[in-house]
Amino acid sequence: MSDNNDKLHQVFADSLNIDRKRITDSLGYNTIPEWDSVAHMALIAALENDFDIMLDTDDIVDMSSVAKAREILSKYDVQF
Amino acid sequence: MLLANKVVLITGATRGIGRATSRLFAQHGAHVVLTGRSQDQLNAVQAEIAEEVPDARLSHLALDVSSPESVRDAFLQLFKLTRRLDVLLSNAGVLDDALIGMVTPDQIRRVFDTNTYGVLFCAQYASRLMARGDGGSIINIASIIGVNGNLGQAVYAGSKAAVIGITKSLSKELAPANIRVNAIAPGFIDTDMARSIGPEKFAERVASIKMGRAGTPEEVAKVALFLASDLSSYVTGQTIGVDGGMLI
Ligand SMILES: NC(=O)c1ccc[n+]([C@@H]2O[C@H](COP(=O)([O-])OP(=O)(O)OC[C@H]3O[C@@H](n4cnc5c(N)ncnc54)[C@H](OP(=O)(O)O)[C@@H]3O)[C@@H](O)[C@H]2O)c1
Repeated sequence: MSDNNDKLHQVFADSLNIDRKRITDSLGYNTIPEWDSVAHMALIAALENDFDIMLDTDDIVDMSSVAKAREILSKYDVQF
Repeated sequence: MLLANKVVLITGATRGIGRATSRLFAQHGAHVVLTGRSQDQLNAVQAEIAEEVPDARLSHLALDVSSPESVRDAFLQLFKLTRRLDVLLSNAGVLDDALIGMVTPDQIRRVFDTNTYGVLFCAQYASRLMARGDGGSIINIASIIGVNGNLGQAVYAGSKAAVIGITKSLSKELAPANIRVNAIAPGFIDTDMARSIGPEKFAERVASIKMGRAGTPEEVAKVALFLASDLSSYVTGQTIGVDGGMLI
């Protein structure tokens, strides 16, 4: 796993307060109780801080899964 | 020095209340990021304030609040520039009055795009940047017309009443992140906007003010300073009138 992929999984686990083993590419927004809208904004803040970026509002709304998060972060020059 | 080391972004900083507040905040030690639609005006205002306030920390960014793309670009640039934001003054506004039967759809859109949508767009990005730090203060400029309404001003009043609703809602949503959100409702302040109604109406308005004069932009700026600083550390969700006892 690349460093940034590892970092991405850790941010998800910490922000959603779930075990790292549960983080898969297909894990989706609002499919588990822990990833609700409040947790989503906490996740966004953590991603922005850890990757030192600022996301566009459209990208925040589009970030519907772990795989999608990776795709969006790639647009901000984060390499996976 | 009430704002030492604070980063402040001011919309509509080129004239009137925005310009006066930029100068006062700079005097209080803030790093003031002046924003506006015209690069030339921004350059000129930054140079003027730098001369008036010798130690001022000033930057400027192009920002048309009515355009979500422009707001996004400005906040991305702000992030690169300062990495943080402590205070947002959403001050940019337009006045375009007409009797309801003569209001065009374009006019409604133009007024709401700047006065209302602009406040929402800026609050979205500002609150996220503030939440990444220790919190902050968002100050929205509403109007006495948004509180009481006035004939010929349904559109402007609606756009400003919305700002008060937005302020109250955001104060509740953002309090856990230590972000305070308040509004100022100026009465009649002597700026280009107030002068644009013509000398007769100007005198009529002044006659409706118990203190017998229009306010100055600096008098609004001082209330903004209170709301921006820790003097108001437990104040949120409020709309503070600055109107000299104006009746409307
Ligand atoms: N003066 C009053 O009596 C009074 C009373 C109640 C409330 N207010 C409110 O106070 C605020 C400031 O008013 P003011 O009296 O200082 O008015 P002003 O002298 O006309 O200044 C308005 C400022 O807003 C800027 N602006 C307008 N549309 C913008 C946009 N789309 N994007 C970015 N900037 C924009 C203008 O920039 P440009 O130079 O590019 O046009 C200017 O810097 C407004 O929200 C107004 O509604 C004023």
